[in-house]
Amino acid sequence: MREINVSEVVKTVSRLCSEANYNLGADMLAALDRALATEESANGKDIIAQLKENAAIATRDQVPICQDTGLAVIFVELGQEVRIVGGSLDEAINQGVRQGYQEGYLRKSACHPFTRANTGDNTPAIIHYRLVAGDNLKLIVAPKGGGSENMSRVVMLKPADGVAGIKAQVVEWVRQAGGNPCPPTIVGVGIGGNFEKSALLAKEALLREVGSRNPDPELQILEDDLLTAVNNLGVGPQGLGGRVTSFAVHVKMQPCHIASLPLAINIQCHAARHKEAVL
Amino acid sequence: MDNIIRLTPPLSDEVVASLKSGDRVLITGTIYTGRDAAHKRLVDLLDQGEPLPIPLQGEIIYFVGPTPAKPGKAIGSAGPTTSYRMDSYSPRLLAEGLKGMIGKGGRSAAVRAAITEYRGIYFAATGGAGALLAQRIKKAEVVAYADLGPEAIRRIEVEDFPVVVINDIYGNDLYEQGVLAYKR
Repeated sequence: MREINVSEVVKTVSRLCSEANYNLGADMLAALDRALATEESANGKDIIAQLKENAAIATRDQVPICQDTGLAVIFVELGQEVRIVGGSLDEAINQGVRQGYQEGYLRKSACHPFTRANTGDNTPAIIHYRLVAGDNLKLIVAPKGGGSENMSRVVMLKPADGVAGIKAQVVEWVRQAGGNPCPPTIVGVGIGGNFEKSALLAKEALLREVGSRNPDPELQILEDDLLTAVNNLGVGPQGLGGRVTSFAVHVKMQPCHIASLPLAINIQCHAARHKEAVL
Repeated sequence: MDNIIRLTPPLSDEVVASLKSGDRVLITGTIYTGRDAAHKRLVDLLDQGEPLPIPLQGEIIYFVGPTPAKPGKAIGSAGPTTSYRMDSYSPRLLAEGLKGMIGKGGRSAAVRAAITEYRGIYFAATGGAGALLAQRIKKAEVVAYADLGPEAIRRIEVEDFPVVVINDIYGNDLYEQGVLAYKR
């Protein structure tokens, strides 16, 4: 068994919180460049230019890209040959978030659902664990803003709705979301599994590199069709009208119950932030 | 983008009437920040007939909850939040003399009607451009509800703060118009 001390986890999560919030990934910077070339509307071009400048300022000054530094969503891939020592892994991740959001001058956006009283330190983090082979611990920090998260949904379709039904739902939902989720967006689509699994698939789909191909050729075709359809809506950057409503549609799928066709749509704003580390 | 209009609050009825959906505007001067929680408290005070902690006549409220300011900075990142969450409160504030709102995303039919009725104006700033927009904010001071943290009401001094008119008093809506122009 390889031992990893929780102090390493705290330090790493804390660092990733700031890194993710200050620095847009290279895939997103390239996506902004492509969007600027594609966009036809004057307002849209102006907005994409602002977003490029914004990303440059954030990296240069090491300040958050967006004031909504999100709830901290953490994906953990824990090698089954790793033994966590020195305390609880869950608490270490939350301590990393607490420290990272405080020291990084990040906004604390977690609150009590009824009273709306802020928890003060952006915890509890949303943590998804997966036990994997090997002796590594992989941590992905993906801060997720409220504006785009609010424009997400799970729908339990009928099997008879089929692929056409899936497409219709995704496109209609992006249309209704309009400018709210800060387009251009990435549309994460989870198909299959069950109620909660479809939502997780949709969220995981957002982590894939923008501009990359889906490993499943059938899903790649679906992604291409959906991207064309959502961009034909004309929503455009910030909903002001234009060609680029979304940079990408990412689909993840797995088998479902014979009675069901679960569909989840998790929309990600243009500030698509995630950073990872392997311990 | 040919004509950039420069505005300084408080805004008069005449100035508001001159603005049209699609106009690019640069705002310089004093504006106030507020999100859902602060709006709720303001409306509760109005319901109780109590005085408000900020003036509303002719003023602009910016829907924003900034990140904490780094040392030496006036404010942290400060882009707009989604406006529909303020829809249930905005008509009341417009009736009390509020003129301008800055946010992002569409407003309800009730807010659009109140904009026409009370001669208000709804602007959008670029959502997610928090680092860029913060550079146009020269000063910030919490003036009410400090307990709300990022959601406290701040008085901020802005310089050439870039916004676009979404809803004007004539019933125009830039979101509707823009999408129609590019729909295939």
